[in-house]
Amino acid sequence: MKDILVIDDEPVITAAVTRICEAEGLSVDTASSSAAGLALLSRTAYRLVLCDVMMSDVDGFALLAEAARRGLSAPVVMMTGYATLDNAVRALASGAADFIAKPFTADELLAVARRALRGVPDYVPCPPSYYRLGGVSWVKEEAGGIVQVGLSDQFLKTIDGLAALELAPLNEEAAQGGTCATVVTASGDRHGVASPVSGRIVEVNPAATNPAAVEKDPYFGGWLYRMLPLDLPSDLKSLVSCSSDRL
Amino acid sequence: MLSRRIGFKLTGAVAATALVTISVFAYVSIRSHERSLLAEVERHANQLSEAVKSGTEYDMLGNQRERIHQSITRVGNQSSIERIRVMNKSGAVIYSSDAAEIGKNVDKQAESCFLCHSAGRPLERLEIKERTRVFRLQPGGPRTLGIINPIYNAPSCWTAACHAHPRSQVVLGVLDVTLPLTAIDREIRRAQLEVVIFALSAILALSVIVAFLVKRWVDVPVADLLAATQRVAGGDLRYTIEEKSDDELGMLARSFNNMTAKLSEARLQLFQSDKLASLGRLAAGVAHEINNPLTGVLTYSSFLLKRTKAQPELQEDLKVIVRETLRSREIVKSLLDFARQSVPKKTEADVNEIVARAATVVESQLALNHVKLVLVPDRSIPKAAVDANQIQQVFINLFVNASDAIGPKGGTITVSSAALSLSPVGITQIKKAQCPKRHSLVEGEVRIDGKPSVRLKARHDGNEGFIYLNSMYGMGGHHYGIPVDDKKELALACPECSSSLIQPNRECPRCGAPVYAFESPPRGLVEGCSRKGCPWQRWEDVDATGAKEFVEVRVHDDGCGIAKEHLPKIFEPFYSTKGQTGTGLGLSVIWGIVDNHNGSIAVESEAGAGTTFVLRLPVKP
Repeated sequence: MKDILVIDDEPVITAAVTRICEAEGLSVDTASSSAAGLALLSRTAYRLVLCDVMMSDVDGFALLAEAARRGLSAPVVMMTGYATLDNAVRALASGAADFIAKPFTADELLAVARRALRGVPDYVPCPPSYYRLGGVSWVKEEAGGIVQVGLSDQFLKTIDGLAALELAPLNEEAAQGGTCATVVTASGDRHGVASPVSGRIVEVNPAATNPAAVEKDPYFGGWLYRMLPLDLPSDLKSLVSCSSDRL
Repeated sequence: MLSRRIGFKLTGAVAATALVTISVFAYVSIRSHERSLLAEVERHANQLSEAVKSGTEYDMLGNQRERIHQSITRVGNQSSIERIRVMNKSGAVIYSSDAAEIGKNVDKQAESCFLCHSAGRPLERLEIKERTRVFRLQPGGPRTLGIINPIYNAPSCWTAACHAHPRSQVVLGVLDVTLPLTAIDREIRRAQLEVVIFALSAILALSVIVAFLVKRWVDVPVADLLAATQRVAGGDLRYTIEEKSDDELGMLARSFNNMTAKLSEARLQLFQSDKLASLGRLAAGVAHEINNPLTGVLTYSSFLLKRTKAQPELQEDLKVIVRETLRSREIVKSLLDFARQSVPKKTEADVNEIVARAATVVESQLALNHVKLVLVPDRSIPKAAVDANQIQQVFINLFVNASDAIGPKGGTITVSSAALSLSPVGITQIKKAQCPKRHSLVEGEVRIDGKPSVRLKARHDGNEGFIYLNSMYGMGGHHYGIPVDDKKELALACPECSSSLIQPNRECPRCGAPVYAFESPPRGLVEGCSRKGCPWQRWEDVDATGAKEFVEVRVHDDGCGIAKEHLPKIFEPFYSTKGQTGTGLGLSVIWGIVDNHNGSIAVESEAGAGTTFVLRLPVKP
């Protein structure tokens, strides 16, 4: 059992990830193609797979699907470029544990890696009629075309304690998959929270400035924003219905 | 082909018209000339006939046949007289200037008898007109005019000693005088020749003059237009026709120039949007390509920064590397955001600090060009909600542009900041506009001062067209696509569903004209005066917010300045006066960023006297 498998056709990325992770005491294997990655995955068990979205042979999504087909349980974190924000949404919708936008710093990488390595502990699933973006955030439709947006319990359980929550100001516009808030963990890691929908923030929950309130009741009292969505129907296509989770 | 030339056709038509007109005129004139000449000869013949008749009367009464014969021969042998003869009632020639004829009988069908005897019974009284006839003695011979003069029975005749005529006889005989018409015919031929010569020269002169004028007034301008259309068709949209005249072709030339100018603008816009689309693809490609190397730099440098906490001398340098790599990441991102028109990530920031940071980045570059950067910050300005990275990029771009304008001889860039409070009129942009049926009225193709306009369908005095409103609230300066005067009603409607936008029972408080209105969600109704030239607008939601707080930063350079004709275009994408050295993206990126901050950027400049960019950023988003 090894800790991390990095799959990227760019050697400098695999080398950098190896350096950074090994310095943290994690064991790392690298693969320079999807095929090589899948070959390693079938031989060795990993606690985390870091995989580039765009590779010359098979893209990251195909690898994700293949890993799921083979019943491999290791969480996959997709590495996407800034050019492909929708890829990030797609990654979360396709079952990736998280995504990290290139270029990233060592701290950003480690924050994502640590969260993914923490595994999937017991968490409260989102209530029915909610939609979720991966295990990160949720959205709930309200009357008048307004939606409520918040953090999913799964996300909160995979960080080592919520120390602070940096919220976006009123009237800020967020894109689906773009960062709408930043979570600071007890150990100082910073995680961007991907917004489940694109839209303008019309109300910020005053209670959400208190991290304890969010941690305690992430689905109701601990909501983050009310947003005016730009195109909710198309955004919903990339989200998972929480009612379907319960089937 | 010559016959296809409009000048040739026109000249031909004029020549043909002249030919017909002159021919008709010449025919009528020659005929009348001929008639008057004939009348003259006729009168002369009549006189001669009467003279001969009275000259011989005495001899006739005395039956002096020899004397009569001599008189007639003498008179009749004159060159201007063809012949003179006298016939008795039975048609026998008793006297004649042509001796050979004497004694011969003349047929009743002969020229001299025909007139009187044609009706079967001889006419006894004839008008002078009816006594003359024109004929040819021999077929093909010269024309002659004959006049017959009946010799009537008079008391002196039947009482004369000779008793030759009984009293009952009415006409005793006929004096027939024949004159040659050779001279008249010559005269007529001469006149005909003259008319033909005149007609030909007139037609020639007319054709030359018409051809010259047509060439000057039609051919040359039409050829110019033709050449211009060919040039334009060939892609040269900057080609203009010299506007020489005020006539219809001059107007055509003007509207042609106008059309090519519009076409050129449209092509430029198309070209620009095309460029932007390619830029978007390029940016995506570049972002993908550059992300990996940038990840290498960022991961290693940030990793080093973590590992070398014990070495402060390394830390400072590494921090710069990490910071600048993060800035590169933001630049790549903003390049993509520009292509996607994304929104800035605003946080409260001290604009003075952003200016200072931007100054540090370009300091060394400016020093190399002997450019001094003087910061005159107003420390009391409030923090503004901005995307610090984007605004820093704006300043860096402005500083580099200023330095380029100053050139290698060196100069000074002065950056000053100030807080200011502005009424929403003239600084708020109408970004959304819709009719009661929610059709968008915003028109991106027609821009006023670089901003999309609000398009309304206008009907006025039988004309229908569009009016483009300046989207800057209260600024006026709308574009009218149709001619409009104050006296007639102007109907304004949605271009898509034709719903009227004129407010019933509302009048402009300034001039009393009807008022139009449209929705600008989510900020309520925008009203405005429909009269051309009246800038009145009311936007209650915006007015209610009152004056807005701004941070103003002025970036002044004492460089070469911007020529007046370039000023309206400098914020357009890819508009560059730097030739090969500039990409032309800088100022349009700046404009895009500032616009996304709901701020404004303006330029004040005079060629040779330096340039000032005035940047205003709202304190609250």
